[in-house]
Parts: sequence; C-alpha cells; structure tokens
Amino acid sequence: MMALCVVAAGIGLAWLALILGALVYKGTAGLSLAVFTEMTPPPGEAGGLLNAIAGSLLMTIIAVVVGTPIGVLAGTYMAEYGRFSRITTVVRFINDILLSAPSIIIGLFVYELMVRPMGHFSAIAGAVALAILVIPVVVRTTEDMLNLVPNALREAGAAIGAPRWVVIRSVAYRAALSGIVTGILLAIARISGETAPLLFTALNNQFWSSNINAPMASLPVTIFQFALSPYEEWQQLAWTGALIITLTVLGLSILARSLTGRREDR
Amino acid sequence: MTIASDAMPSSAAARAREATVRRFALTDALFRGLTRASAILVLVILGGVAISLFAGSWQALSSFGFSFLTTESWNPVTEKFGALAPIYGTLVTAAIAILIAVPIGIGIAVFLTELCPRPLRRPIGIAVELLAGIPSIIYGIWGLFVFAPFLQTAIQPFIINVFHGVPGLSSLFAGPPYGIGLLTSALILAIMVLPFITSITKDVFDTVPAVLKESAYGIGCTTWEVTRRVVIPYTRIGIMGGVMLGLGRALGETMAVTFVIGNAHRISASLFAPGTTISATIANEFTEADGDLYTSSLVSLGLILFVITFLILAAARYMLMRIDARTGA
Repeated sequence: MMALCVVAAGIGLAWLALILGALVYKGTAGLSLAVFTEMTPPPGEAGGLLNAIAGSLLMTIIAVVVGTPIGVLAGTYMAEYGRFSRITTVVRFINDILLSAPSIIIGLFVYELMVRPMGHFSAIAGAVALAILVIPVVVRTTEDMLNLVPNALREAGAAIGAPRWVVIRSVAYRAALSGIVTGILLAIARISGETAPLLFTALNNQFWSSNINAPMASLPVTIFQFALSPYEEWQQLAWTGALIITLTVLGLSILARSLTGRREDR
Repeated sequence: MTIASDAMPSSAAARAREATVRRFALTDALFRGLTRASAILVLVILGGVAISLFAGSWQALSSFGFSFLTTESWNPVTEKFGALAPIYGTLVTAAIAILIAVPIGIGIAVFLTELCPRPLRRPIGIAVELLAGIPSIIYGIWGLFVFAPFLQTAIQPFIINVFHGVPGLSSLFAGPPYGIGLLTSALILAIMVLPFITSITKDVFDTVPAVLKESAYGIGCTTWEVTRRVVIPYTRIGIMGGVMLGLGRALGETMAVTFVIGNAHRISASLFAPGTTISATIANEFTEADGDLYTSSLVSLGLILFVITFLILAAARYMLMRIDARTGA
C-alpha cells in the first residue's frame, strides 16, 4: 500500500517534468531576439511579442500599484487594530473565498462595472480586474506575517510613547517586510499568467498601444489567440510566450520562497 | 493619551506636547479608519460581484425563468438559451478530476510526511507546489498540442476497442477518438488541482500530534496502519476541506479547459465526446455575443458558477477553520 504512495509521488513529479519538458522543447525553438523587439505579426508572417509583453507589464504594474496598498492596509487592520474583532473573522472568511474564486467571474464583474458603462474595452479595466486578484493574496500574507511579529516589539514601541500607527509603521512593518514583499511577489506571479479576467476587459490589440483607455494586448490573451489559430508562426509564438510566462512565474515563486526561507533561518 | 490633560497648560512645552499628542491621536484615528475601510472594501468587492452578476443576468433569467437551468439547447440564432449542457460538463469534468486527483494527492502527502527521506522532503514538496503556480493557460496549450494528440492516437482507440461490446462502458467510451473532449479536460483538471490537494493534505497531516502516531507505532502498527487508522481519521475534516478547495478550483478553471473541451453545447453519454463547461462557454463566446439576451445568458452562466463555487469554497473554508481551531493555530 505504501508503495502506491511512492508511485503517486512519482506520477506527480513526472507530470511536472513532462509539462516543463514539452514547454522548454517547443518554446526555445522560437526564442530569438525578435520575440522581444517586434510586434505581433499578421497571420503567416514572422514577428515578435513586444506589444503583448509591454501590455502585460503595464497592466501588471497598474494592478500592483492599485491592489497592493489596499491589500496591505486591509491586512494591517486584521492583524493590528481589529485582531479580535468580529469584522476581521468575516473579512478573513470572505477574503479566502475571493482568493480561490474563479478568475473569469472577476472578469465578468469588471465587465459589468467598467466596460459596459464606458462602452468599450480598455486596458484600465483589465488592470482593475487584475488588481482585484492581487488584493486577496496580499491581504492574506500581510495578515499572516504581521501576526508573526512578537507582541513584545509592539509593547516596547508603545512603552516609549509611540502612537499605534508609528508602532505599526516603524516596528511591525519593518519586522514583517520580507513576508509582505513575498506576498506581493506571489500576487504578481498569480496575475502574470491570468487570461480569463482579461478576455473581456482589456481584450487584445494587434498593434502597439500605450493608451490605457483603449484595448491592449497582453501575453496570456495573445497566447490564447495564437495557440488556437491554424497558423504555424502564431502557434510557435504562443509556445514561446508560454515559456516566457512560465519562467517568469517560476522565477517569482522561487524568489518569494527564498525571501521567506531566509526569514525562517534567522 | 489622557496624560496631556494632567500637564500644566500654562507652560509652552506642555502646550506643544498636548498639540503633538492630539496630532498623534488624530493621525492614528485616520490610519485606523483607512485600514478599516480597506478591510471592508474586501467585503464590498464580493458583494459587488454578486450584485453585478445578478443585475447582468436579470434579463435572461426573467425571460427564461427556471427552464434556463433545465434546457439543453443553446442557440444564438433563435436566441434560445439553456444552461444544462455547460452545467453538466462543469460537474462531470470536475467530478472526474477530483476522483483522480484525491487518491494521488493523498498518496503524495503520505509519501512526503511518512516515507520520504528527510533531505528530499523539502525539494519534492516545493516541486509539487510549483505545479500549482504554473498558469492555467500553460496547461491548456500543453493539453491541446501534446496531451490531446497523444490520447487521440495512443490511448483512446485502445480503450474504445477494449470496452467495445461491454454494456454500459461501451457507451461511456464510445465515438471517434477526437483527442479533445470531456475526459481530456478532466485529466488536465486533475493535474491542476493535484498540488492544492497535496499541499493542504500535507499541512493537515502535520497537525497530527506525534504522540498519537508514536503510540500506534509503539503497539506494533505498520506505517500503513498508522496512516489508515490514526492519521487519516484524525485529519478527516481537513482533508475534506482540501478536497472541496480543489473542487472549487476545478469547477471554475477556465483556460485549461477552454483549450481542450471542444466547445460543443450538447450532452453525450460518451466521455470522449466534445462538450463544454460554464467557464469555457463564457471565455469562448462572450466577446462575440451580439444581442443583450445572449450576453445576459452568458452572465447568468457566470452567476450559476459563482453560486456553486461560493457554496463549495465556503464549506471548504469552514472545514479548514475547524481544523485550525482544534490545533489552536
């Protein structure tokens, strides 16, 4: 019976190896400088993914800039001011549900909230959808990390007469900094591969665009479109894009892990 | 903060201090209000999701009524929409995925907590968790270009031949081997939810008090007996919570399924047939939907998915909270 458990672990690791192997094999075949310097091509022509990569970066940055402060502040309330209040229990429960809610639902929400009233798809709507995905991740890690800060530190701050917000800012945040940064990195890792919430918010764009009030290309949506197309060049670009996203996500996860790992050693 | 009033207000230093204390109290109240508002915003977002989905689906729900849930036909031309086929596809793929992923996930958790040599424990645990971080579109593109052709040429013809003529099973595994379809989606979903189930099961296994396991080992139980009779019964609720969390993922997963489900609005007995799920339908058709009723029907599908996943995730969190409460974590 225990042998079966070893087999199960073997299957799990074999899947990971198979997927990553196929991805590296197919992805590196199309990897060249042109991928990062040229725009997405029309069918049947060579090109790159520059506008898609730039769009993804821009929307991710906006989403993180919008979502992180809200998430950190909400986590601060739950761990500092309202640690034992009823509202914290409710927010934690709802936040955990948002954390695993289907992202396509968030896409529909932002469509109803922004795209329909504005009358057109836009990059800013896509960024808002991503920000809504950032918030629960950051809330969760901020609360967890602040809860790990020893109370003696806060009491020492209070004893020298510092008001609560100074204690939080100069003592608690500083002690929990690496943990909070980990949460932000994990949030970026999560949204950098998200496709579903962008499909009907930011839509897609064949061309270069820096106008956040207009549709904008993103790497995941471009991969989706190109992979399902019958054109070989597009499919190749989709694989290469998939490799870029996976490496980014894995890199961010490993970076986040090494940050908290060092924390535990200390 | 009341110290200020004890000080003599006549001296300039005391006045300055009083002003500082008052300013601190004001800033603190502001900061507190800001954090509280952010926490409440989390509730507002979920409420907003519910309200906007309900508002968006009102038109379809009022014109089709309850029959929306029981109608199979999905016809944009005649504007007759029913959610039965997507609901069926969603439930069937998620159920098969869970059936496959749960035994494997629990197996890996047992391996990691009881069997694995200590130096390998962390690397393997991390590797399995990295699987969870891979974006779903990667599973989708891999499923479409690598996994589906493999199933189509190697596995499906074999299964169709084996079960040919067996009552029941022959219709379950019937039809031409497309490669894509319900079973393919379910298999991809199983791979995707595996890391979630594994990591939660591993975490709850770690909550079993060592003294319980040691007592069982002490009276001569084998590793399997300890796992079967002590660890699993002790952590039953937590495992259920992890399974429900995985189920929530599988039900709502969009991109991986959209690639390999085939997007056919019909219910077939065969698992090899193309089908559709709620999320795949929305992803495929939303931007091309012309007409308010069409869009509203798609939002209604979203509402159904939201309600189903909300209930399942709430149940999962409730179970995991009970485990946390017991261990005092």
